[in-house]
Amino acid sequence: MEDNTMTLQNPMTHSVSANLFEGEQRKKLDIRKETITIEVNNLNLYYDQTPALKNIQLRIPNHRVTAFIGPSGCGKSTLLRCFNRMNDLVDACRIEGQILLEGNNIYARGIDVAELRRRVGMVFQKPNPFPKSIYENVAYGLRLQGVNDRKLLNEVVERSLRAAALWDEVKDRLNENAFGLSGGQQQRLVIARAIAIEPEVILLDEPASALDPISTAKIEELIYELKERYTIVIVTHNMQQAARVSDYTAYMYLGELIEFNDTLTVFTNPAKKATEDYITGRYG
Amino acid sequence: MEKMRLSGHYLEHYDEELEGVRNRVLAMGGLVEKQIADAIAALGDNDIYLAEQVVKQDARVNGFEVMIDEHCSQILARHQPTASDLRFVIAVIKTITDLERIGDQAKHIASMALHLAEKDRPKNGYSDVLALGEQALHLVHDALDAFARMDVGTALQVVREDVNVDRAYESIVRQHITFMMEDPRTITRALDVIWALRSIERIGDHARNMCEYVIYLVKGKDVRHVTLEEMQQAVLGEGHTLENPENTPDPKN
Repeated sequence: MEDNTMTLQNPMTHSVSANLFEGEQRKKLDIRKETITIEVNNLNLYYDQTPALKNIQLRIPNHRVTAFIGPSGCGKSTLLRCFNRMNDLVDACRIEGQILLEGNNIYARGIDVAELRRRVGMVFQKPNPFPKSIYENVAYGLRLQGVNDRKLLNEVVERSLRAAALWDEVKDRLNENAFGLSGGQQQRLVIARAIAIEPEVILLDEPASALDPISTAKIEELIYELKERYTIVIVTHNMQQAARVSDYTAYMYLGELIEFNDTLTVFTNPAKKATEDYITGRYG
Repeated sequence: MEKMRLSGHYLEHYDEELEGVRNRVLAMGGLVEKQIADAIAALGDNDIYLAEQVVKQDARVNGFEVMIDEHCSQILARHQPTASDLRFVIAVIKTITDLERIGDQAKHIASMALHLAEKDRPKNGYSDVLALGEQALHLVHDALDAFARMDVGTALQVVREDVNVDRAYESIVRQHITFMMEDPRTITRALDVIWALRSIERIGDHARNMCEYVIYLVKGKDVRHVTLEEMQQAVLGEGHTLENPENTPDPKN
């Protein structure tokens, strides 16, 4: 009884051209049929003695958008930061358990954290361009890797800015300071910078919460396009945004993963009452 | 699972708006029930005045439909409901369409009562039609009750009973066809009676539809166009079988 259509014949399978309806309705997804990029096993995280994440079990599917939702302080950003070890920068933070990126534990000894962060890029709530030109912002990661070939840099900068849907707006002013861009443009610039070094995963921590509706829509459209090539994990307070952009949704509360499922299911028929109360705006 | 509720939002006026929609659906349902009861009474008592009242009152039923639809679209635009709230609004939008159509059928029965008032009455005084009408009215009442209490058990019961209405309808129509063959002078009257019967049977189907929306609302499962067995499983979970499979055949047959 998992499938709501039950014995109903799918009208798309006969007499009507399926292409006619392309893009109109999203299909329900099944995590069991996905390739898994990040696997979290029994993850516990403490700030001093205070547990912030409790026994998290989670699988992030490849080339999908996974959204983390939950009230403030539920641990969603903390969990996101575990994926590229940003929590290492916090002294009092202690981690137990495993996070596997394509099968390899990123908390194992001898892991090159800089290399990990190249593979798992991150974009924050407030755009943080460097005080450099637009061009140099995007080229920064490659320069850090020692690339100085102008032709290659030009190629990568253009490709990344195009992928971040910013190229047409900035192609004539690449040498201007990045701070001259609007907030929405800065955020897309930061995404271009993340893309330039060809990551596998992009972590987005409330990427649109400081932006106006048009810039937000551009970021959301960008996310939709980027998932063709990258695995995306997004933390958002805006539930409609999670419903619009994500394929899978994880609901967290007080450091626990309460529910993880296909986004359509979470927003139409969640399994847990706590999830239902949160997304419908009720007190439990 | 805990009982569904419309209240409990941080935004209290959202509670009030949803509750307001629910109350209007129930008010519309009450009016529709009265329309059916009056239409049948008009037929049974040869009451032309009452039949005319039913025809006139149908505009009020239609007004309810438009008003509730408008209210629902406002809620969708303003609150972007999700999960059970979303299912509630969708269930309401669909329920009132069926209620409006039940209203049309009641009006139709009243029109047939007006036609038949000019003709000789049969010996049985349309007792078979009236009995079927009572059954259909009962289904609508229970369907509204299931909606009001978000009670899938009652909803399932209505779906089962609608099968009996369909069966009774077929058997009464067969009888009337026999009468027509025996005495062709009864044909004009019998045709009107069959039209009224058809309306009653349709009312039962609409009640069934409303119950399907109640199951969708509470369980989140779309049980339209499935067998009774599958519907039962959706409501009660796997492993449940019908108590009397012989007596409750597949409603699609």
